[in-house]
Amino acid sequence: MTAFDWIAQTLGIVGSVAAAPLFLGWVNQCRAWLQNKSAPPLMQPYRGIRKLFYKDAVIAANASPLFRLAPYVVFAAMVTAAAIIPSIATRLPFTRAADAIALVGLFATARVFVSLAAMDVGTAFGTLGARREMMIGFLAEPALLMVIFVAALISTSTALPAISEFLATQTLALYPSLAFTAVAFTMVLLAENARIPIDNPATHLELTMIHEAMLLEYSARHLALMEWAAALKLFNYVCIGLALFVPWGLTTQHAPFALVTSALLLGAKLLIAGAGIALIETVSAKLRVFRAPEFLATAFLLAVLGLLVHLLLGA
Amino acid sequence: MTLALNSPLIWCSLLLSAWGAVGLAGLIRPTSVIFVGRTLFPLGALLGVALACVAGANLSAPAQQLVLPIGLPDLPLHLRLDGLSSAFLFLLGAAAAGISIFAAGYFRQGEGTPPGLLCLQYHLFLASMGFVLLADDAYGFMLAWETMALSSYFLVTAQHRIPEIRSAGFLYLLIAHVGAIAILLSFGVMQGGSWQFTFDAMRGAQLEPAWAATAFLLALFGFGAKAGLVPTHVWLPEAHPAAPSPVSALMSGVMLKTALYGVLRVTFDLLGEPQWWWGLILLALGLFTALYGVIFAAAQTDMKRLLAYSSIENIGIIFSGVGLAIVFAGTGMRAAASLALIAVLYHALNHAFMKSLLFLGTGAVLHATGERNLGRLGGLIHRMPWVAWLTLVGALAIAGLPPLNGFVSEWLLLQSFLFAHELPRPFVNMLLPLGAALLVLAAALAGYVMVKFFGVIFLGQPREASLRNAHDAGLAERIGLAWFALACVSLGLFPTYVVSVLSRIIQPLGFSGLEPDDRSWWLLMPLPQRQASYAPLAFLTVILVVVVVTIVAVRFFYHQRVRRSEPWDCGFGRLNSRMQDTAEGFGQPIRHLFQPFFAMQRELPTPFDPAPRYRVVVGDRIWRGAYLPLGALVRRVADAVAWVQQGRISTYLLYSFVTLVILLALML
Repeated sequence: MTAFDWIAQTLGIVGSVAAAPLFLGWVNQCRAWLQNKSAPPLMQPYRGIRKLFYKDAVIAANASPLFRLAPYVVFAAMVTAAAIIPSIATRLPFTRAADAIALVGLFATARVFVSLAAMDVGTAFGTLGARREMMIGFLAEPALLMVIFVAALISTSTALPAISEFLATQTLALYPSLAFTAVAFTMVLLAENARIPIDNPATHLELTMIHEAMLLEYSARHLALMEWAAALKLFNYVCIGLALFVPWGLTTQHAPFALVTSALLLGAKLLIAGAGIALIETVSAKLRVFRAPEFLATAFLLAVLGLLVHLLLGA
Repeated sequence: MTLALNSPLIWCSLLLSAWGAVGLAGLIRPTSVIFVGRTLFPLGALLGVALACVAGANLSAPAQQLVLPIGLPDLPLHLRLDGLSSAFLFLLGAAAAGISIFAAGYFRQGEGTPPGLLCLQYHLFLASMGFVLLADDAYGFMLAWETMALSSYFLVTAQHRIPEIRSAGFLYLLIAHVGAIAILLSFGVMQGGSWQFTFDAMRGAQLEPAWAATAFLLALFGFGAKAGLVPTHVWLPEAHPAAPSPVSALMSGVMLKTALYGVLRVTFDLLGEPQWWWGLILLALGLFTALYGVIFAAAQTDMKRLLAYSSIENIGIIFSGVGLAIVFAGTGMRAAASLALIAVLYHALNHAFMKSLLFLGTGAVLHATGERNLGRLGGLIHRMPWVAWLTLVGALAIAGLPPLNGFVSEWLLLQSFLFAHELPRPFVNMLLPLGAALLVLAAALAGYVMVKFFGVIFLGQPREASLRNAHDAGLAERIGLAWFALACVSLGLFPTYVVSVLSRIIQPLGFSGLEPDDRSWWLLMPLPQRQASYAPLAFLTVILVVVVVTIVAVRFFYHQRVRRSEPWDCGFGRLNSRMQDTAEGFGQPIRHLFQPFFAMQRELPTPFDPAPRYRVVVGDRIWRGAYLPLGALVRRVADAVAWVQQGRISTYLLYSFVTLVILLALML
């Protein structure tokens, strides 16, 4: 490990954290275009976060320290996840600290803390949101792990960088099992990031929302961190998807030029992925909460099917 | 056999006997809480620490044996200490230390059985569990096993004036004895015609494959009944909540592990070469148990029942790992088998500490509020911050979240599932990886259960006015909780060390062990060629650094003004604590999704009911479908046989006469 590696690693993390709201802004913009609305500026998420940071924090009278700690823990978990995911290079120092299973565990940690914080004040919406979030979580987590299992069986490693390197160096062969899991992964991505068809990020109708219901008691800097963490979570999920299913272009070298090229390529992939998410969100309708388990069970079964296809065909 | 006096085996037996002596000392002043609680229980905790140290130092030493001339004539007591028993003795000692120090502050006057008698039963329970682990012949083993069952029965029925607790105790005793009979029969098969009941003789016995399988299945039934494998789990959610909390912790945390020890001892040591299809049975049973346990845990409304069902889940995870290890060992995949077995032992150790922590936490809540029903708790983090934060560690650990310990063992188990497709058996190699799907489903549901458990008890608003007077736990109880929280954190942060120790323990059982990369002590890399690594310390460091940097940055760049106000109520204006989600409400998605598992009875009010009541009772299909008919059958048979008892002397004389005639006829 050279000093350059660590600098590249730090820059990578800072870059992910800084770029996450931009990606969210891009998705929102695409969605607005597709829905024939005038789009908010690309920088709107930054403005929202900045505005929130300047506000006075209003905290419920009976909130415990856990409530104030949770935004920091959730944000830190997402930053750590950004450090693990090989979004630009596969051989950065921190990527060895955890494999994909630990990454899923990290997302689960963040989810548990959000849910606990939502239950802390003891309002009906908070606990309702927590319950729904955990319900979606326990269905999405196995599906995500099965997706990772298929990739791990193909590349004989559960470490994301190793999986990406293996898949990127193969000839452009189409793995049927990966096709199934890519669909499953997309469904998990939508569910875990509170997008349509599971949750509507634009809604404020309390009875239908999940993610927003949990943040109802947060304000100012705590809310800003939660929003930023949510943007970073979406960014992370998309980067996992890119590392698993579109790994071409990830650099294994640590020359400055290679890293810059890889970062530019990542930007291009993110533009397409963001437009894709906006398209899915536009053409689908939000499901009732109790249809969500069916949606996620489908994702789980698709991933298991991918596993079976891999074991049957060996591909 | 001569033995030096300073051998660890002698020390262990002396420490276990000292537990017995501490228990007997409780009879000196049986009603004095001061004497029993402040003197004897801390003494027992010290003995636990000593036992953990002795056993921990002996983990990789060669096996030692000892023959004690106690017992029946010509049947001396054989004791043996090897790596496996040392590991479980370490678990026993470390868990008992924390539980005993908690119990020192827990037991109070007026709880049914007087404290002195409880002290005797408690320490006998500890000592008998230790001797189960040390026993090297069937007689000694069964003696210790039965002492364990009986002493724990008396502990379960400590509040014997409550009828439910008496019937829970009866059910426990019944299933414990049905299981014990199966274990006894298993030993009978394993002696293989030599009629020598020492374990050495059983190791040497050459069994036909069919007889070996019979012995294994009998042992599986017997030990499975003790461990709470479905369908013999029904006693567990009754007996564990009925016992006082330290005893629940001991039963869930330690006693269930003696059943695991029994299965490992019989399968890998006494029977020697396990056949691979045994593992399939165990794997299927384990996975089903894990799923069954966690689904029922999510539907519970009593906090100790919830934890009891969560124990069933963890036992399921552990036994599925054993099954995987047997499958791998039986097909010659030594490295994979080692990994699975290490995951099993790791999870057993983790579960002992996590579950003890949680049960002790419920004990503190129970003392402070007198309430076990989740629907009457809430908001206790304000009143009991110590208990709440320490319990949170246990809840996060058992939910399998990094960087705590529950995650490490589940990670290892998932890694070993990734070998399953290499099995040289068609079909099986395709079905086994699907087991991983069930395992992760159970693990993810455990997170749901723990959010419900912690959130409903400690967060939100108090659901009853009386909760505002709840007080935090005393010093002794805090030390006990902190002991387990520390164990959870350190087992989570230093997995490399634990894995290398466990790897040496399983080598005498015919496993190759693993060769973890010792150069990087902070990076867990059990199988370098598979490129799977996990570094919990780096994890924790980055998370902590980011938290601190964010807090400092927010304070530096912006401000730290905070205003307190009432929670947002959408303009309703009359929000109260009864409008929070209840435990039933939190379990509703699970009841909805997994409906076929439950036998549910709902009572819905009519729209015109002036005092509407909604009741839902969640029952166990296995209890209704198998146990109640079985019980009815036994009763019918007993009634039929009871016809013989006519109550007239002339009839009984006739019986004697007929018996004599038949015997004479047979003799002649």
